Amino acid sequence: MRQDISMNAESGGLGAPEALPSAAANGPTGVQIRSLEHAYGELRTIESLDLEVAPRGVVGLVGPSGCGKSTLLELICGLLDPDAGALEVGGEAGAAERLAGCAYMPQRDQLLPWYSAIDNASLALRNRGLRRAEARRQAAELFDRFGLAGFEAARPTELSGGMRQRVAFLRTLLSGKPVLALDEPFAALDAITRAEMQAWLATALQADARTVVLVTHDVEEALYLSDRVAVLSARPARIVAELRAPHPRAADRDAAVTDPAFVAVREEAMRALHEGSR
Amino acid sequence: MKRWLLPMLLIAAMIGAWQLAASSGVLADLFGIEEFLVPSPAEIAESLWQSRELLAENGWTTLEEILLGYGCAVVLGLAFALLMHLSETVRLATYPLVIASQAIPIIVLAPILVVLFGFGIGPKLVVIALICFFPVTIATLAGLRSVDPDAIRLMRTLYASRAQILARVEVPSAAPDFFNGAKIAVAIAPIGAVFAEWVGSTSGLGRLILQDLGRLETARMFAAVLVLSVAAIALYGLVALAQRLVVTWR
Repeated sequence: MRQDISMNAESGGLGAPEALPSAAANGPTGVQIRSLEHAYGELRTIESLDLEVAPRGVVGLVGPSGCGKSTLLELICGLLDPDAGALEVGGEAGAAERLAGCAYMPQRDQLLPWYSAIDNASLALRNRGLRRAEARRQAAELFDRFGLAGFEAARPTELSGGMRQRVAFLRTLLSGKPVLALDEPFAALDAITRAEMQAWLATALQADARTVVLVTHDVEEALYLSDRVAVLSARPARIVAELRAPHPRAADRDAAVTDPAFVAVREEAMRALHEGSR
Repeated sequence: MKRWLLPMLLIAAMIGAWQLAASSGVLADLFGIEEFLVPSPAEIAESLWQSRELLAENGWTTLEEILLGYGCAVVLGLAFALLMHLSETVRLATYPLVIASQAIPIIVLAPILVVLFGFGIGPKLVVIALICFFPVTIATLAGLRSVDPDAIRLMRTLYASRAQILARVEVPSAAPDFFNGAKIAVAIAPIGAVFAEWVGSTSGLGRLILQDLGRLETARMFAAVLVLSVAAIALYGLVALAQRLVVTWR
């Protein structure tokens, strides 16, 4: 399917990212979770959870606040270890292997204020031992494609909320890891910027497909960006419904989210969310 | 403009009032003391000029003590804070000692140091370093320990090694705290220097003040205090300037 680039012009002229010289293409990597259990001491956060994310597939996770969505991402990324059950990233179960396969984009953008936008975006490259000039050169190509040209030297405080999120996403992408774990990436943005960023992310993922686990409390965002959406219950989190999104990452976001099929699935998701919150 | 003009005007007014009160004898009457014990600003200025070489000589001695003692405190404080941050064993073992180093009154310690190190620069450096070390260490350690854990987790997913997390996240993040500690330390360093000189010394502004007190040379005492104050403010300004040059992201 050909991309409708004009959508980007309408939604703020963010520019269309093209295919990336991706280091992520070291074989397709999916995520498999079976009967996962996790607790912080007495506090049970996740209960017999099953989830499968196909290689280059996007799965959205929605659930009530504090239900353990972020914990699940940290488990996937190897930042936490499960208490029971199986958790594999690209067939590897070890925490170090999961960490190696996953790039984590935290709720707040976590841009380091002492680095410029481009140095923030290229942190992973620098950490892997690239010289600053080379890391900047690689990141600079993406700055143009991601509508950030001219802001390379800007400090994070000088950027708008949407730009900060784009730099944060670029930083995640430049890690070159096959799995992206996005934790409410646009929660801090206003409604208009958020809609723009969703369309932008959809385009970015069309151009450079990765395996994505997207946590959000916004059902519409999940259904628009994901192939499938898993609705989680209140803590301890388990999956109460799994829904197929009708128009994943459609070029025309506004048309996609107002389509009757989309609205029907959204209502189904909302019902599941309400039932799971009880 | 207002930021400078207003305090300048206030200081000028205060000096003017002091001049009037001292030269008319009002101040001496108020305290019930002899007039020559209350020098006017004009007399202090005259003493400052006449004793300029003596003040410069002794001022240099004191400045040297402050710079060396403070320098040791900053280097040691930074090193200690890093060690305590990186090793829980070191932190648990030394934290009570670091606190204790401040709990012991310097007034008690200084005479012992003079006995141990003599009348040279040694005991001054130890006294200054001892009182300056504490704010630098505690502030820097607090900064290092309050780094956002999410930032560290994020760095781990971006291939960062322990050393890279320290260099790229923890140290920059703690830099403002370090400078705040360093500013407190530089403000108390002259106090340490003067006190150490009082306990036993052959030169320095502290010793000069003590000597002039005995001779009732009050105008030069005030002049020495003025020199010390200007030096202290200048040092504070230098540390604040360094902070602004290093911590450019706030």
